[in-house]
Amino acid sequence: MAVLLLGEVNHGTLNRDATAKAVHALAPLGDVTVLCAGAHARDAAADAATIAGVARVLVAEDARYGHRLAEPTAALIVSLAGDYDHIAAPSTTDAKNVMPRVAALLDAMVIPDVSRIVDAQTFERPVYAGNAIQTVRSRDAKKVMTIRTASFDAAGAGGSAPVSDATLADDPGLSSWVGDEVAASDRPELTSAGRVVSGGRGVGSKEQFAIIEALADKLGAAVGASRAAVDSGYAPNDWQVGQTGKVVAPELYVAVGISGAIQHLAGMKDSKVIVAINKDEEAPIFQIADYGLVGDLFTTVPELTGKL
Amino acid sequence: MKVLVPVKRVIDYNVKARVKADGSGVDLANVKMSMNPFDEIAVEEAIRLKEKGVADEVVVVSVGVKQAAETLRTALAMGADRAILVVAADDVHQDIEPLAVAKILKAVVDQEQPRLVIAGKQAIDNDMNATGQMLAALLGWGQAAFASKVEIDGDSAKVTREVDGGLQTISVALPAIVTADLRLNEPRYASLPNIMKAKKKPLEERTAADYGVDVAPRLEVVSTREPEGRQAGIKVGSVDELVGKLKEAGVI
Ligand SMILES: Cc1cc2nc3c(=O)[nH]c(=O)nc-3n(C[C@H](O)[C@H](O)[C@H](O)COP(=O)(O)OP(=O)(O)OC[C@H]3O[C@@H](n4cnc5c(N)ncnc54)[C@H](O)[C@@H]3O)c2cc1C
Ligand SMILES: Nc1ncnc2c1ncn2[C@@H]1O[C@H](COP(=O)(O)O)[C@@H](O)[C@H]1O
Repeated sequence: MAVLLLGEVNHGTLNRDATAKAVHALAPLGDVTVLCAGAHARDAAADAATIAGVARVLVAEDARYGHRLAEPTAALIVSLAGDYDHIAAPSTTDAKNVMPRVAALLDAMVIPDVSRIVDAQTFERPVYAGNAIQTVRSRDAKKVMTIRTASFDAAGAGGSAPVSDATLADDPGLSSWVGDEVAASDRPELTSAGRVVSGGRGVGSKEQFAIIEALADKLGAAVGASRAAVDSGYAPNDWQVGQTGKVVAPELYVAVGISGAIQHLAGMKDSKVIVAINKDEEAPIFQIADYGLVGDLFTTVPELTGKL
Repeated sequence: MKVLVPVKRVIDYNVKARVKADGSGVDLANVKMSMNPFDEIAVEEAIRLKEKGVADEVVVVSVGVKQAAETLRTALAMGADRAILVVAADDVHQDIEPLAVAKILKAVVDQEQPRLVIAGKQAIDNDMNATGQMLAALLGWGQAAFASKVEIDGDSAKVTREVDGGLQTISVALPAIVTADLRLNEPRYASLPNIMKAKKKPLEERTAADYGVDVAPRLEVVSTREPEGRQAGIKVGSVDELVGKLKEAGVI
Protein backbone atom coordinates (compact mmCIF):
# COMPACT_ATOMS: atom_id res chain seq x y z
CA MET A 1 0.00 0.00 0.00
CA ALA A 2 1.18 3.51 -0.71
CA VAL A 3 0.71 6.73 1.21
CA LEU A 4 0.80 10.28 -0.15
CA LEU A 5 1.61 12.81 2.56
CA LEU A 6 1.22 16.52 1.97
CA GLY A 7 4.29 18.04 3.61
CA GLU A 8 3.69 21.20 5.60
CA VAL A 9 5.55 23.90 3.66
CA ASN A 10 5.32 27.50 4.83
CA HIS A 11 7.02 30.27 2.88
CA GLY A 12 9.44 27.83 1.32
CA THR A 13 10.40 26.10 4.55
CA LEU A 14 9.37 22.63 5.68
CA ASN A 15 7.60 22.44 9.04
CA ARG A 16 9.75 19.46 9.82
CA ASP A 17 8.22 18.65 13.17
CA ALA A 18 4.64 18.38 11.90
CA THR A 19 5.71 16.54 8.75
CA ALA A 20 7.98 14.10 10.61
CA LYS A 21 5.21 13.30 13.12
CA ALA A 22 2.86 12.48 10.27
CA VAL A 23 5.56 10.31 8.62
CA HIS A 24 6.01 8.39 11.85
CA ALA A 25 2.24 7.89 12.18
CA LEU A 26 1.79 6.74 8.58
CA ALA A 27 4.86 4.58 8.03
CA PRO A 28 3.12 1.36 9.20
CA LEU A 29 0.62 1.77 6.33
CA GLY A 30 3.16 1.55 3.53
CA ASP A 31 5.69 3.54 1.52
CA VAL A 32 5.31 7.23 2.29
CA THR A 33 5.70 9.74 -0.52
CA VAL A 34 5.93 13.33 0.71
CA LEU A 35 4.57 16.03 -1.58
CA CYS A 36 6.11 19.47 -1.13
CA ALA A 37 4.20 22.20 -2.93
CA GLY A 38 4.92 25.90 -2.93
CA ALA A 39 6.26 28.84 -4.90
CA HIS A 40 9.57 27.73 -3.40
CA ALA A 41 9.51 24.11 -2.40
CA ARG A 42 12.86 22.61 -3.42
CA ASP A 43 14.61 23.31 -0.14
CA ALA A 44 11.63 21.93 1.73
CA ALA A 45 11.69 18.83 -0.47
CA ALA A 46 15.41 18.31 0.18
CA ASP A 47 14.70 18.62 3.88
CA ALA A 48 11.77 16.16 3.72
CA ALA A 49 14.00 13.64 1.93
CA THR A 50 16.13 13.35 5.07
CA ILE A 51 13.25 12.30 7.33
CA ALA A 52 13.70 8.64 8.24
CA GLY A 53 11.08 6.43 6.66
CA VAL A 54 10.27 8.64 3.67
CA ALA A 55 10.33 6.57 0.47
CA ARG A 56 10.10 9.35 -2.09
CA VAL A 57 9.62 13.10 -2.32
CA LEU A 58 7.62 14.88 -4.99
CA VAL A 59 8.12 18.56 -5.49
CA ALA A 60 5.60 20.91 -7.10
CA GLU A 61 7.30 24.27 -7.27
CA ASP A 62 5.19 26.92 -8.91
CA ALA A 63 3.70 30.31 -8.08
CA ARG A 64 0.18 28.83 -8.13
CA TYR A 65 1.01 26.89 -4.96
CA GLY A 66 2.60 29.89 -3.29
CA HIS A 67 0.06 30.61 -0.61
CA ARG A 68 -1.44 27.18 -0.16
CA LEU A 69 -4.76 28.27 -1.62
CA ALA A 70 -7.19 25.41 -1.28
CA GLU A 71 -8.32 25.08 -4.89
CA PRO A 72 -4.99 24.64 -6.74
CA THR A 73 -3.49 22.57 -3.91
CA ALA A 74 -6.49 20.23 -3.83
CA ALA A 75 -6.43 19.93 -7.63
CA LEU A 76 -2.76 18.92 -7.47
CA ILE A 77 -3.33 16.27 -4.82
CA VAL A 78 -6.34 14.84 -6.66
CA SER A 79 -4.31 14.61 -9.87
CA LEU A 80 -1.73 12.48 -8.04
CA ALA A 81 -4.21 10.46 -5.99
CA GLY A 82 -4.49 7.50 -8.37
CA ASP A 83 -1.27 5.92 -7.12
CA TYR A 84 -2.13 5.97 -3.41
CA ASP A 85 -4.46 4.25 -0.95
CA HIS A 86 -3.99 6.80 1.81
CA ILE A 87 -3.75 10.54 1.31
CA ALA A 88 -2.80 12.42 4.44
CA ALA A 89 -1.47 15.63 5.93
CA PRO A 90 -0.58 16.83 9.42
CA SER A 91 -3.60 18.58 11.02
CA THR A 92 -2.55 22.15 10.41
CA THR A 93 -4.94 24.92 9.35
CA ASP A 94 -3.67 24.55 5.79
CA ALA A 95 -4.46 20.84 5.78
CA LYS A 96 -7.87 21.39 7.36
CA ASN A 97 -8.59 23.81 4.54
CA VAL A 98 -7.39 21.54 1.74
CA MET A 99 -8.01 17.90 2.72
CA PRO A 100 -11.82 17.97 2.99
CA ARG A 101 -11.84 19.48 -0.49
CA VAL A 102 -9.60 16.67 -1.72
CA ALA A 103 -11.83 14.07 -0.06
CA ALA A 104 -15.03 15.44 -1.60
CA LEU A 105 -13.43 15.53 -5.05
CA LEU A 106 -12.61 11.83 -4.58
CA ASP A 107 -16.09 11.11 -3.18
CA ALA A 108 -14.58 10.07 0.13
CA MET A 109 -15.27 11.15 3.68
CA VAL A 110 -12.29 12.91 5.24
CA ILE A 111 -11.02 11.44 8.52
CA PRO A 112 -9.85 14.45 10.53
CA ASP A 113 -7.41 14.52 13.45
CA VAL A 114 -6.44 10.85 13.49
CA SER A 115 -4.88 10.17 16.90
CA ARG A 116 -4.16 6.47 16.39
CA ILE A 117 -3.96 4.20 13.38
CA VAL A 118 -5.43 0.80 14.24
CA ASP A 119 -5.12 -0.71 10.75
CA ALA A 120 -5.36 0.45 7.14
CA GLN A 121 -9.12 1.09 7.46
CA THR A 122 -9.52 1.80 11.16
CA PHE A 123 -8.60 4.97 12.99
CA GLU A 124 -9.14 6.69 16.31
CA ARG A 125 -10.02 10.35 16.59
CA PRO A 126 -11.17 12.62 19.41
CA VAL A 127 -14.69 14.07 19.21
CA TYR A 128 -16.78 16.32 21.48
CA ALA A 129 -13.78 18.47 22.45
CA GLY A 130 -11.81 15.37 23.34
CA ASN A 131 -14.45 14.10 25.77
CA ALA A 132 -14.83 10.97 23.68
CA ILE A 133 -12.49 8.95 21.48
CA GLN A 134 -14.14 7.37 18.48
CA THR A 135 -12.86 4.40 16.52
CA VAL A 136 -14.05 4.63 12.92
CA ARG A 137 -13.71 2.20 10.04
CA SER A 138 -13.63 3.78 6.62
CA ARG A 139 -15.59 2.21 3.78
CA ASP A 140 -13.99 4.47 1.18
CA ALA A 141 -11.59 3.11 -1.42
CA LYS A 142 -9.16 5.95 -0.72
CA LYS A 143 -8.64 7.17 2.82
CA VAL A 144 -8.16 10.92 3.09
CA MET A 145 -7.09 12.01 6.53
CA THR A 146 -5.32 14.51 8.72
CA ILE A 147 -2.96 13.44 11.49
CA ARG A 148 -3.20 14.95 14.97
CA THR A 149 0.47 15.71 15.44
CA ALA A 150 0.25 15.99 19.24
CA SER A 151 -0.49 12.25 19.37
CA PHE A 152 2.66 11.03 17.61
CA ASP A 153 6.42 11.23 18.01
CA ALA A 154 8.44 12.60 15.13
CA ALA A 155 10.29 10.29 12.76
CA GLY A 156 14.03 10.75 13.08
CA ALA A 157 16.61 11.97 10.59
CA GLY A 158 18.99 10.07 8.36
CA GLY A 159 16.77 9.38 5.37
CA SER A 160 17.91 9.98 1.81
CA ALA A 161 14.82 9.61 -0.33
CA PRO A 162 14.90 10.44 -4.05
CA VAL A 163 13.30 13.75 -5.02
CA SER A 164 11.46 14.19 -8.31
CA ASP A 165 9.16 16.72 -9.91
CA ALA A 166 5.42 16.22 -9.78
CA THR A 167 3.34 17.01 -12.84
CA LEU A 168 1.53 20.24 -12.06
CA ALA A 169 -2.24 20.43 -12.21
CA ASP A 170 -4.38 23.21 -13.64
CA ASP A 171 -5.23 26.03 -11.24
CA PRO A 172 -9.02 26.47 -11.06
CA GLY A 173 -8.26 30.16 -10.48
CA LEU A 174 -11.06 30.79 -8.02
CA SER A 175 -9.14 32.66 -5.35
CA SER A 176 -6.04 34.78 -5.02
CA TRP A 177 -3.74 35.83 -2.23
CA VAL A 178 -3.96 39.39 -0.92
CA GLY A 179 -1.71 39.51 2.13
CA ASP A 180 -0.39 37.92 5.30
CA GLU A 181 -0.24 39.26 8.81
CA VAL A 182 2.39 37.15 10.46
CA ALA A 183 4.20 38.21 13.60
CA ALA A 184 7.82 37.10 13.53
CA SER A 185 8.95 35.55 16.78
CA ASP A 186 12.14 34.06 18.15
CA ARG A 187 10.18 31.80 20.46
CA PRO A 188 9.63 28.12 19.73
CA GLU A 189 6.63 27.22 17.62
CA LEU A 190 3.60 26.41 19.76
CA THR A 191 2.74 22.93 18.47
CA SER A 192 6.31 21.61 18.57
CA ALA A 193 7.58 23.33 21.73
CA GLY A 194 8.70 21.21 24.66
CA ARG A 195 7.30 23.80 27.06
CA VAL A 196 4.31 26.10 26.78
CA VAL A 197 3.15 28.93 29.03
CA SER A 198 -0.42 30.10 28.35
CA GLY A 199 -2.31 33.08 29.68
CA GLY A 200 -6.04 33.56 30.01
CA ARG A 201 -8.56 36.27 30.72
CA GLY A 202 -7.11 36.58 34.21
CA VAL A 203 -4.02 38.26 32.74
CA GLY A 204 -6.23 41.30 32.17
CA SER A 205 -4.58 43.17 29.31
CA LYS A 206 -2.23 42.99 26.39
CA GLU A 207 0.41 44.91 28.34
CA GLN A 208 0.17 42.56 31.30
CA PHE A 209 0.66 39.59 28.97
CA ALA A 210 4.35 40.55 29.26
CA ILE A 211 4.28 38.66 32.58
CA ILE A 212 3.40 35.47 30.70
CA GLU A 213 5.97 36.13 28.01
CA ALA A 214 8.72 36.76 30.58
CA LEU A 215 8.04 33.37 32.22
CA ALA A 216 7.96 31.71 28.81
CA ASP A 217 11.27 33.27 27.82
CA LYS A 218 12.86 32.17 31.06
CA LEU A 219 11.73 28.61 30.35
CA GLY A 220 12.51 28.73 26.63
CA ALA A 221 8.82 28.05 26.11
CA ALA A 222 6.26 28.93 23.48
CA VAL A 223 3.40 31.24 24.47
CA GLY A 224 -0.22 30.17 24.25
CA ALA A 225 -3.53 31.71 25.22
CA SER A 226 -7.14 30.87 25.94
CA ARG A 227 -9.87 31.94 23.60
CA ALA A 228 -10.97 34.59 26.09
CA ALA A 229 -7.48 36.12 26.06
CA VAL A 230 -7.45 36.18 22.25
CA ASP A 231 -10.99 37.53 21.94
CA SER A 232 -10.10 40.29 24.41
CA GLY A 233 -7.12 41.27 22.26
CA TYR A 234 -4.47 40.30 24.85
CA ALA A 235 -2.89 37.79 22.47
CA PRO A 236 -2.90 37.09 18.70
CA ASN A 237 -5.24 34.47 17.23
CA ASP A 238 -2.51 31.99 16.42
CA TRP A 239 -1.72 31.58 20.12
CA GLN A 240 -5.12 30.06 20.88
CA VAL A 241 -4.94 26.59 22.38
CA GLY A 242 -8.03 24.39 22.42
CA GLN A 243 -10.76 22.52 20.63
CA THR A 244 -10.85 25.06 17.85
CA GLY A 245 -7.30 26.36 18.19
CA LYS A 246 -3.99 24.55 18.38
CA VAL A 247 -3.49 21.20 20.04
CA VAL A 248 -0.31 20.92 22.07
CA ALA A 249 1.27 18.15 24.14
CA PRO A 250 4.51 19.53 25.58
CA GLU A 251 6.55 18.16 28.48
CA LEU A 252 5.43 21.15 30.55
CA TYR A 253 2.27 23.25 30.18
CA VAL A 254 1.74 26.19 32.51
CA ALA A 255 -1.80 27.63 32.51
CA VAL A 256 -2.00 31.07 34.10
CA GLY A 257 -5.31 32.83 34.78
CA ILE A 258 -7.15 30.19 32.77
CA SER A 259 -10.29 28.62 34.29
CA GLY A 260 -10.10 25.30 32.41
CA ALA A 261 -13.16 25.20 30.15
CA ILE A 262 -13.55 21.92 28.27
CA GLN A 263 -12.77 23.71 25.02
CA HIS A 264 -9.40 24.80 26.39
CA LEU A 265 -8.61 21.40 27.94
CA ALA A 266 -9.18 19.76 24.53
CA GLY A 267 -6.03 21.47 23.30
CA MET A 268 -3.64 20.74 26.16
CA LYS A 269 -4.70 17.87 28.38
CA ASP A 270 -2.27 15.46 26.74
CA SER A 271 0.62 17.55 28.07
CA LYS A 272 2.98 15.55 30.27
CA VAL A 273 3.12 17.87 33.28
CA ILE A 274 0.47 20.54 33.79
CA VAL A 275 0.87 23.47 36.16
CA ALA A 276 -2.06 25.77 36.93
CA ILE A 277 -1.83 29.16 38.57
CA ASN A 278 -5.20 30.64 39.44
CA LYS A 279 -6.56 32.71 42.29
CA ASP A 280 -9.80 30.72 42.41
CA GLU A 281 -9.16 27.43 44.18
CA GLU A 282 -12.36 26.01 42.66
CA ALA A 283 -11.21 26.63 39.07
CA PRO A 284 -11.72 23.42 37.01
CA ILE A 285 -8.17 23.67 35.65
CA PHE A 286 -6.98 22.34 39.04
CA GLN A 287 -8.79 19.04 38.39
CA ILE A 288 -6.37 18.18 35.61
CA ALA A 289 -3.24 19.97 36.88
CA ASP A 290 -0.37 17.98 38.33
CA TYR A 291 0.70 21.00 40.35
CA GLY A 292 -1.77 23.70 41.28
CA LEU A 293 -0.81 27.00 42.86
CA VAL A 294 -3.66 29.08 44.26
CA GLY A 295 -2.68 32.71 44.16
CA ASP A 296 -2.62 36.01 42.36
CA LEU A 297 -0.76 35.66 39.08
CA PHE A 298 0.56 39.20 39.32
CA THR A 299 2.70 38.24 42.31
CA THR A 300 3.26 34.49 41.82
CA VAL A 301 4.29 34.51 38.18
CA PRO A 302 7.02 37.18 38.51
CA GLU A 303 8.22 35.38 41.64
CA LEU A 304 8.37 32.10 39.70
CA THR A 305 10.21 33.76 36.82
CA GLY A 306 12.68 35.21 39.26
CA LYS A 307 13.37 31.89 40.95
CA LEU A 308 13.99 29.83 37.84
CA MET B 1 -27.71 38.68 -3.31
CA LYS B 2 -29.02 35.63 -1.54
CA VAL B 3 -27.00 34.15 1.33
CA LEU B 4 -27.42 30.55 2.47
CA VAL B 5 -26.38 29.51 5.96
CA PRO B 6 -26.26 25.83 7.00
CA VAL B 7 -26.88 25.42 10.74
CA LYS B 8 -26.43 22.28 12.81
CA ARG B 9 -28.21 21.27 15.98
CA VAL B 10 -25.55 20.05 18.43
CA ILE B 11 -25.01 19.39 22.11
CA ASP B 12 -24.92 22.72 23.95
CA TYR B 13 -21.33 23.91 24.35
CA ASN B 14 -21.76 24.19 28.13
CA VAL B 15 -22.68 20.52 28.51
CA LYS B 16 -19.94 17.96 29.03
CA ALA B 17 -20.49 15.01 26.68
CA ARG B 18 -20.85 11.63 28.40
CA VAL B 19 -19.86 8.41 26.72
CA LYS B 20 -22.50 5.67 26.98
CA ALA B 21 -21.48 2.75 29.16
CA ASP B 22 -21.85 0.26 26.30
CA GLY B 23 -19.39 2.20 24.14
CA SER B 24 -21.99 2.82 21.44
CA GLY B 25 -21.60 6.58 21.43
CA VAL B 26 -22.21 9.79 23.35
CA ASP B 27 -25.46 10.01 25.30
CA LEU B 28 -27.68 12.67 23.73
CA ALA B 29 -31.00 11.67 25.27
CA ASN B 30 -32.34 14.47 27.50
CA VAL B 31 -29.24 16.58 26.88
CA LYS B 32 -29.56 20.30 26.16
CA MET B 33 -29.11 20.92 22.45
CA SER B 34 -28.40 24.27 20.78
CA MET B 35 -27.29 25.81 17.53
CA ASN B 36 -23.63 25.07 16.83
CA PRO B 37 -21.81 28.20 18.12
CA PHE B 38 -19.95 28.75 14.84
CA ASP B 39 -23.27 28.70 13.01
CA GLU B 40 -24.62 31.48 15.22
CA ILE B 41 -21.63 33.49 14.03
CA ALA B 42 -22.39 32.55 10.41
CA VAL B 43 -26.05 33.54 10.77
CA GLU B 44 -25.03 36.84 12.39
CA GLU B 45 -22.66 37.61 9.51
CA ALA B 46 -25.37 36.94 6.94
CA ILE B 47 -27.84 39.16 8.78
CA ARG B 48 -25.27 41.94 8.97
CA LEU B 49 -24.76 41.68 5.20
CA LYS B 50 -28.51 42.11 4.83
CA GLU B 51 -28.57 45.07 7.19
CA LYS B 52 -25.80 46.68 5.14
CA GLY B 53 -27.86 46.21 1.99
CA VAL B 54 -25.34 43.77 0.49
CA ALA B 55 -27.62 40.74 0.86
CA ASP B 56 -31.35 40.75 0.24
CA GLU B 57 -32.33 37.37 1.60
CA VAL B 58 -30.91 35.01 4.22
CA VAL B 59 -31.96 31.35 3.96
CA VAL B 60 -30.99 28.89 6.71
CA VAL B 61 -30.81 25.12 6.18
CA SER B 62 -30.43 22.29 8.64
CA VAL B 63 -29.96 18.59 7.94
CA GLY B 64 -30.79 16.05 10.63
CA VAL B 65 -33.63 15.08 12.90
CA LYS B 66 -37.02 16.84 13.00
CA GLN B 67 -36.04 18.63 16.20
CA ALA B 68 -33.58 20.70 14.16
CA ALA B 69 -36.63 22.81 13.36
CA GLU B 70 -36.03 24.49 16.75
CA THR B 71 -32.50 25.42 15.67
CA LEU B 72 -33.88 26.91 12.47
CA ARG B 73 -36.46 28.91 14.48
CA THR B 74 -33.60 30.35 16.51
CA ALA B 75 -31.90 31.45 13.29
CA LEU B 76 -35.17 32.97 12.07
CA ALA B 77 -35.55 34.81 15.38
CA MET B 78 -32.03 36.23 14.94
CA GLY B 79 -33.18 37.64 11.59
CA ALA B 80 -32.95 35.01 8.85
CA ASP B 81 -35.83 35.20 6.36
CA ARG B 82 -36.72 31.61 5.71
CA ALA B 83 -35.68 28.09 6.60
CA ILE B 84 -35.34 24.66 5.01
CA LEU B 85 -35.32 21.56 7.18
CA VAL B 86 -33.99 18.43 5.53
CA VAL B 87 -35.00 15.44 7.61
CA ALA B 88 -32.34 12.77 7.19
CA ALA B 89 -32.45 10.84 10.46
CA ASP B 90 -34.99 9.91 13.10
CA ASP B 91 -32.69 9.08 15.99
CA VAL B 92 -30.80 11.97 17.60
CA HIS B 93 -27.77 9.68 17.87
CA GLN B 94 -27.54 9.30 14.09
CA ASP B 95 -25.13 11.94 12.86
CA ILE B 96 -25.08 12.84 9.18
CA GLU B 97 -21.52 13.04 7.87
CA PRO B 98 -20.13 16.18 6.25
CA LEU B 99 -19.93 14.49 2.83
CA ALA B 100 -23.65 13.64 2.88
CA VAL B 101 -24.55 17.05 4.31
CA ALA B 102 -22.48 18.69 1.58
CA LYS B 103 -24.29 16.66 -1.11
CA ILE B 104 -27.67 17.74 0.27
CA LEU B 105 -26.50 21.35 0.55
CA LYS B 106 -25.28 21.20 -3.05
CA ALA B 107 -28.78 20.21 -4.14
CA VAL B 108 -30.25 23.06 -2.09
CA VAL B 109 -27.74 25.49 -3.62
CA ASP B 110 -28.64 24.29 -7.12
CA GLN B 111 -32.26 25.16 -6.35
CA GLU B 112 -31.80 28.34 -4.37
CA GLN B 113 -28.86 29.82 -6.33
CA PRO B 114 -27.26 31.83 -3.51
CA ARG B 115 -24.16 33.92 -4.32
CA LEU B 116 -22.66 33.17 -0.95
CA VAL B 117 -22.80 30.30 1.54
CA ILE B 118 -21.57 31.02 5.06
CA ALA B 119 -21.11 27.86 7.12
CA GLY B 120 -19.55 27.41 10.52
CA LYS B 121 -15.92 26.33 10.63
CA GLN B 122 -16.60 23.26 12.73
CA ALA B 123 -19.45 21.46 14.42
CA ILE B 124 -18.52 21.10 18.09
CA ASP B 125 -19.93 17.58 18.36
CA ASN B 126 -17.97 15.61 15.78
CA ASP B 127 -15.25 18.24 15.33
CA MET B 128 -14.99 17.50 11.61
CA ASN B 129 -14.23 20.95 10.20
CA ALA B 130 -15.10 19.69 6.73
CA THR B 131 -18.57 20.48 5.42
CA GLY B 132 -17.93 23.94 3.93
CA GLN B 133 -14.77 22.82 2.15
CA MET B 134 -16.56 19.70 0.82
CA LEU B 135 -19.49 21.75 -0.43
CA ALA B 136 -17.09 24.10 -2.22
CA ALA B 137 -15.49 21.08 -3.90
CA LEU B 138 -18.81 19.60 -5.03
CA LEU B 139 -19.95 22.94 -6.44
CA GLY B 140 -16.59 23.75 -8.01
CA TRP B 141 -16.61 27.04 -6.09
CA GLY B 142 -13.82 28.86 -4.32
CA GLN B 143 -13.56 28.65 -0.56
CA ALA B 144 -12.46 30.94 2.25
CA ALA B 145 -12.32 28.86 5.41
CA PHE B 146 -11.82 30.12 8.99
CA ALA B 147 -12.91 33.69 8.29
CA SER B 148 -12.41 36.48 10.81
CA LYS B 149 -13.41 39.26 8.38
CA VAL B 150 -15.54 39.26 5.23
CA GLU B 151 -15.97 42.15 2.79
CA ILE B 152 -18.09 41.73 -0.31
CA ASP B 153 -16.60 43.66 -3.19
CA GLY B 154 -18.62 43.32 -6.40
CA ASP B 155 -17.91 39.92 -7.91
CA SER B 156 -15.57 38.77 -5.18
CA ALA B 157 -15.20 38.59 -1.44
CA LYS B 158 -12.13 39.70 0.47
CA VAL B 159 -11.75 37.39 3.41
CA THR B 160 -9.27 37.42 6.27
CA ARG B 161 -8.58 33.90 7.52
CA GLU B 162 -7.25 32.65 10.85
CA VAL B 163 -4.30 30.39 10.05
CA ASP B 164 -1.51 28.76 12.06
CA GLY B 165 0.96 31.55 11.42
CA GLY B 166 -1.46 34.43 12.05
CA LEU B 167 -3.83 35.90 9.49
CA GLN B 168 -4.07 35.47 5.74
CA THR B 169 -6.23 37.61 3.48
CA ILE B 170 -7.47 36.20 0.19
CA SER B 171 -9.88 37.28 -2.50
CA VAL B 172 -12.34 34.67 -3.66
CA ALA B 173 -14.60 34.88 -6.71
CA LEU B 174 -18.37 34.77 -6.06
CA PRO B 175 -20.26 32.53 -5.76
CA ALA B 176 -18.17 31.16 -2.91
CA ILE B 177 -18.21 29.37 0.42
CA VAL B 178 -17.01 31.09 3.56
CA THR B 179 -16.64 29.30 6.89
CA ALA B 180 -16.92 31.38 10.05
CA ASP B 181 -14.27 31.38 12.77
CA LEU B 182 -14.76 32.59 16.33
CA ARG B 183 -13.71 36.19 15.86
CA LEU B 184 -15.80 37.02 12.79
CA ASN B 185 -18.42 38.74 14.97
CA GLU B 186 -20.35 38.45 18.19
CA PRO B 187 -23.76 36.99 17.47
CA ARG B 188 -26.85 38.78 18.76
CA TYR B 189 -29.47 37.31 21.04
CA ALA B 190 -32.96 36.99 19.61
CA SER B 191 -35.39 39.40 21.29
CA LEU B 192 -38.74 38.15 22.54
CA PRO B 193 -40.75 39.99 19.84
CA ASN B 194 -38.43 38.51 17.20
CA ILE B 195 -38.89 35.03 18.64
CA MET B 196 -42.66 35.54 18.27
CA LYS B 197 -42.25 36.84 14.71
CA ALA B 198 -40.02 33.90 13.80
CA LYS B 199 -42.90 31.51 14.41
CA LYS B 200 -44.63 32.96 11.34
CA LYS B 201 -41.62 32.87 9.04
CA PRO B 202 -41.64 30.12 6.39
CA LEU B 203 -40.01 26.78 7.24
CA GLU B 204 -40.15 24.21 4.45
CA GLU B 205 -39.62 20.57 5.25
CA ARG B 206 -37.89 18.09 2.92
CA THR B 207 -36.18 14.75 3.21
CA ALA B 208 -32.75 13.56 2.09
CA ALA B 209 -34.57 11.26 -0.35
CA ASP B 210 -36.16 14.31 -2.03
CA TYR B 211 -32.65 15.22 -3.15
CA GLY B 212 -31.66 11.63 -3.96
CA VAL B 213 -28.79 11.71 -1.50
CA ASP B 214 -27.65 8.53 0.23
CA VAL B 215 -26.80 9.46 3.81
CA ALA B 216 -25.33 6.09 4.80
CA PRO B 217 -22.08 6.77 6.67
CA ARG B 218 -18.72 6.17 5.04
CA LEU B 219 -17.08 6.09 8.44
CA GLU B 220 -18.60 3.32 10.49
CA VAL B 221 -18.31 4.12 14.19
CA VAL B 222 -16.91 0.92 15.65
CA SER B 223 -16.80 2.15 19.24
CA THR B 224 -16.68 5.24 21.39
CA ARG B 225 -14.73 5.40 24.62
CA GLU B 226 -13.73 7.88 27.27
CA PRO B 227 -10.28 9.40 26.92
CA GLU B 228 -7.62 8.30 29.39
CA GLY B 229 -8.16 10.33 32.54
CA ARG B 230 -5.38 12.24 34.23
CA GLN B 231 -4.27 11.30 37.68
CA ALA B 232 -5.35 13.86 40.26
CA GLY B 233 -2.47 16.19 41.07
CA ILE B 234 -1.61 18.18 44.15
CA LYS B 235 -1.81 21.78 45.29
CA VAL B 236 1.46 23.40 46.25
CA GLY B 237 1.60 26.03 48.97
CA SER B 238 4.22 28.36 47.52
CA VAL B 239 6.28 29.24 44.50
CA ASP B 240 9.31 27.61 46.15
CA GLU B 241 7.43 24.36 46.55
CA LEU B 242 6.33 24.54 42.91
CA VAL B 243 9.91 25.04 41.74
CA GLY B 244 10.96 22.07 43.88
CA LYS B 245 8.27 19.82 42.43
CA LEU B 246 9.10 20.80 38.85
CA LYS B 247 12.76 19.99 39.49
CA GLU B 248 11.77 16.63 40.98
CA ALA B 249 9.63 15.92 37.94
CA GLY B 250 12.60 16.76 35.74
CA VAL B 251 10.78 19.31 33.60
CA ILE B 252 12.95 22.31 34.52
C1 LIG C 1 -17.39 27.07 19.91
C2 LIG C 1 -16.43 27.38 20.99
C3 LIG C 1 -15.10 27.11 20.79
C4 LIG C 1 -14.17 27.41 21.76
N1 LIG C 1 -12.85 27.12 21.54
C5 LIG C 1 -11.95 27.42 22.50
C6 LIG C 1 -10.55 27.13 22.32
O1 LIG C 1 -10.13 26.59 21.29
N2 LIG C 1 -9.68 27.47 23.31
C7 LIG C 1 -10.10 28.06 24.48
O2 LIG C 1 -9.26 28.36 25.35
N3 LIG C 1 -11.40 28.34 24.67
C8 LIG C 1 -12.32 28.05 23.72
N4 LIG C 1 -13.63 28.38 23.93
C9 LIG C 1 -13.98 29.22 25.09
C10 LIG C 1 -14.13 28.49 26.41
O3 LIG C 1 -15.44 27.99 26.51
C11 LIG C 1 -13.88 29.47 27.58
O4 LIG C 1 -14.77 30.55 27.47
C12 LIG C 1 -12.46 30.02 27.60
O5 LIG C 1 -11.52 28.97 27.50
C13 LIG C 1 -12.24 30.79 28.88
O6 LIG C 1 -10.98 31.41 28.88
P1 LIG C 1 -10.28 31.78 30.26
O7 LIG C 1 -10.10 30.55 31.06
O8 LIG C 1 -9.07 32.59 29.92
O9 LIG C 1 -11.32 32.80 30.93
P2 LIG C 1 -12.22 32.63 32.19
O10 LIG C 1 -13.05 31.43 32.13
O11 LIG C 1 -12.88 33.95 32.39
O12 LIG C 1 -11.18 32.39 33.37
C14 LIG C 1 -10.29 33.35 33.84
C15 LIG C 1 -9.59 32.75 35.05
O13 LIG C 1 -8.59 33.63 35.52
C16 LIG C 1 -8.57 33.59 36.93
N5 LIG C 1 -7.99 34.85 37.40
C17 LIG C 1 -8.49 36.10 37.27
N6 LIG C 1 -7.65 37.00 37.81
C18 LIG C 1 -6.60 36.31 38.29
C19 LIG C 1 -5.42 36.70 38.96
N7 LIG C 1 -5.13 37.96 39.23
N8 LIG C 1 -4.56 35.72 39.33
C20 LIG C 1 -4.81 34.41 39.07
N9 LIG C 1 -5.93 34.00 38.43
C21 LIG C 1 -6.80 34.95 38.04
C22 LIG C 1 -10.01 33.41 37.33
O14 LIG C 1 -10.11 32.83 38.61
C23 LIG C 1 -10.52 32.48 36.22
O15 LIG C 1 -10.43 31.13 36.59
C24 LIG C 1 -14.58 28.03 22.97
C25 LIG C 1 -15.92 28.27 23.18
C26 LIG C 1 -16.84 27.95 22.21
C27 LIG C 1 -18.29 28.22 22.46
N1 LIG D 1 -26.32 18.47 9.66
C1 LIG D 1 -26.01 19.72 9.29
N2 LIG D 1 -26.98 20.59 8.93
C2 LIG D 1 -26.68 21.85 8.56
N3 LIG D 1 -25.43 22.32 8.52
C3 LIG D 1 -24.43 21.50 8.86
C4 LIG D 1 -24.66 20.17 9.26
N4 LIG D 1 -23.47 19.60 9.53
C5 LIG D 1 -22.53 20.55 9.32
N5 LIG D 1 -23.10 21.70 8.91
C6 LIG D 1 -22.44 22.99 8.58
O1 LIG D 1 -21.07 22.74 8.37
C7 LIG D 1 -20.28 23.38 9.37
C8 LIG D 1 -19.07 22.54 9.69
O2 LIG D 1 -19.49 21.30 10.24
P1 LIG D 1 -18.51 20.03 10.31
O3 LIG D 1 -17.89 19.88 8.99
O4 LIG D 1 -19.43 18.89 10.67
O5 LIG D 1 -17.53 20.31 11.40
C9 LIG D 1 -21.23 23.64 10.51
O6 LIG D 1 -20.78 24.70 11.31
C10 LIG D 1 -22.52 23.96 9.75
O7 LIG D 1 -22.50 25.27 9.23
